[in-house]
Amino acid sequence: MTAVTQSQFFQQLKKYYTFYTGGFIAFVIVLAILEQMGLPPKWIGFIFLGATIALYAGIGIMSKTADVSEYYVAGRRVPAIFNGMATGADWMSAASFIGMAGTLYLAGYDGLAFVLGWTGGYVLVALFLAPYLRKFGQFTIPDFLGSRYNGNLPRTIGVIAAIICSFTYVVAQIYGVGIITARLTGIEFQYGVFLGLAGILVCSFLGGMRAVTWTQVAQYIILIIAYMIPVVWLSVAHTGNPVPQIAYGQVLQQVTQLENEFNNAETTKGAAEASARAAFKAQQDSFEARIAALDEAVAAGTGDAFLEAQRAEAGNPDDFAATTDALKAAWKKSADGAKGKTGPVSAHATAFAGKGAEAKARANPDATEADIAAAKAEDQEASNIKRRNFIALVLCLMVGTASLPHILMRYYTTPSVRDARKSVFWSLFFIFLLYFTAPALAVLVKFEVYSNLVGSSFAALPAWVANWSAVDATLMKIVDINLDGIVQLAEITIGGDLIVLATPEIAGLPYVISGMVAAGGLAAALSTADGLLLTIANALSHDVYYKMIDPKASTVRRLAISKGLLVLVALFAAYTASLKPGDILFLVGAAFSLAASAFFPALVLGVFWKRANYLGAVVGMLAGLGVCMYYMVITYPFFGGVAANQWFSIAPIAAGVFGMPIGFIGVIVGSLISKAPSLEIQQLVDHVRYPNLVGDIDTRAT
Amino acid sequence: MQLSEKHQEYWQRNLRMTAVLLAIWFVATFVVIYFAPQLNEIVIMGFPFAFYMGAQGSLIIYVLIIWFYARRMNQLDNEYGVQEGEE
Repeated sequence: MTAVTQSQFFQQLKKYYTFYTGGFIAFVIVLAILEQMGLPPKWIGFIFLGATIALYAGIGIMSKTADVSEYYVAGRRVPAIFNGMATGADWMSAASFIGMAGTLYLAGYDGLAFVLGWTGGYVLVALFLAPYLRKFGQFTIPDFLGSRYNGNLPRTIGVIAAIICSFTYVVAQIYGVGIITARLTGIEFQYGVFLGLAGILVCSFLGGMRAVTWTQVAQYIILIIAYMIPVVWLSVAHTGNPVPQIAYGQVLQQVTQLENEFNNAETTKGAAEASARAAFKAQQDSFEARIAALDEAVAAGTGDAFLEAQRAEAGNPDDFAATTDALKAAWKKSADGAKGKTGPVSAHATAFAGKGAEAKARANPDATEADIAAAKAEDQEASNIKRRNFIALVLCLMVGTASLPHILMRYYTTPSVRDARKSVFWSLFFIFLLYFTAPALAVLVKFEVYSNLVGSSFAALPAWVANWSAVDATLMKIVDINLDGIVQLAEITIGGDLIVLATPEIAGLPYVISGMVAAGGLAAALSTADGLLLTIANALSHDVYYKMIDPKASTVRRLAISKGLLVLVALFAAYTASLKPGDILFLVGAAFSLAASAFFPALVLGVFWKRANYLGAVVGMLAGLGVCMYYMVITYPFFGGVAANQWFSIAPIAAGVFGMPIGFIGVIVGSLISKAPSLEIQQLVDHVRYPNLVGDIDTRAT
Repeated sequence: MQLSEKHQEYWQRNLRMTAVLLAIWFVATFVVIYFAPQLNEIVIMGFPFAFYMGAQGSLIIYVLIIWFYARRMNQLDNEYGVQEGEE
């Protein structure tokens, strides 16, 4: 940094990225023109995929480095605003980009836990961690634990926790890359995974944090443009207002009105819905009757004959259930699917709706006052449980955000404490742009479905419905159950991931915009995967190898080990993703609870409580992590747990709500029963608390 | 390295500000969620209030909290002479 001052560097970056943004827009326009001239959609998909991955690779190659500080923390000269963009891309994963609006579409208010949790956590990052970690100025989060608590055991626990959280998360990202690549180009999922992996590796392998940072800035720009254009378009189409975040208030009112109409059987639409629901109820009853007949046959010892009879009746299809158990499971699934369609439409903006038991009791002419009161209490209880879980989940996601190593690590890369503080602001600002748009998108699409799709004729469905139901029946399925030839809301099944991906088509935009949205989703998944892989590889190479096994290792050797590990971890993660593990979404959510329980107490108390010491950190981290994992194991079916084991009816995804307090208690009790930390450690705490002290020690790593 | 009284004061002020901002964060998040069904009765510009807070309002408050903290702390650094030099 002799030739170029920080402000010249900033000007240069601004110029490059302005030019780059213009170039990207020009690229999209050229493709749009080519599309009009007859370029087939498949080619547009290939061009988008190839061009963006080549771009990321190019930035990776240009940023290659052999300098340790450049490799681990991008030379600590990333300006606040650019670090903010990089953190935004690092943070927003495939789940945020593709899944979030879909969750809001399906769950309404109750889905907002994710919006709140994934933004509010940055308040904790700003107030409790970022400036202090920056002053400390080393390379990884376990570094801080190792120095502050003066020992390899806290560091090792930190490494293990960092790997558990990051690995589950990176598998989900690579899985997302595979899905998007497959959809964009039509190649197989498994190949898509490895193609995406190549894109991830060229970035991080050559230039470490430096390459990842500059690629992430580029990826942020693509993903935010891709997210905004279709929403703005849809907003203009429905309201004439190009600011969807304001305009959707009036749309929400219209949605609420339609919901009321659907639920009122005295209106035309309501009557049609009622008839569709009745048809689903009949379907549910018929499957339940068949299950009862099957159970009877099995009990009488004639299960196999019953199975054969059913098979013959169905016309001997190849995919018919092979055993009575499988047949029962298939029927149960059908019965439950139909059952889900029999209830009234839930209101989008309503918080913590009860089970609707009271309405059902009131509709029943035989119900006594006591029955109604009991039903009311039942509703209240269901609503309270929902609220409790919502609060617990928001807390876990927030604290987890403030504990995930791949995010905290980013604040090591700014030039100063000052910039670290500003950088958290920019991070949240850039994340906020997408997150406060998602609720608007969900409502706009809902309005489109409620007002245009519902009531249209099966003979003339909108093109996007036909296209998507042909691509994937889990994303879009539509059946005329009451055979009136008209679409009712109950007859539509929509998968959450459809919302963002199909918005361009719903808004009537050309295919090139669909390609751009897919490229945005790819950018979101790749950027997050980059940051996570680097975190894992750095924890292993820097914390385990350099700090614990061979502290005298040469620079060349340290980087060689780091890069080697990066490839191994990436391959292992891609292999795991290609097996398509189920429950991937649960594991991602679980990563937040685990990080919150393991890291947050030890990190925060390490800065704010001088008395916290070695034993406290070890006890607190192990207890927090232990309680959190124990709760997941006893309550989550994947690990053999059952819901009956839940404490206060809290779902396993929010296990951190128990782990965190235990972690805090562990640090406090462990510290108080052992000696106060040494004078040197206390000096270290003062050192991180003040951006600059006269006669200060220096903890910066080289 | 000896901390002067002024240094102690800087840290106290930092703690106070952290506590106040955390309290705002807590109200904007958890108090609003807790009373969401009641707050939703209030409708502003088509938005039920609690829904609006969850979707956008609280997010804006978070951004402002962090903006204010960065600005105020960077001022405090200068006031107490603990700011970093230009590198």
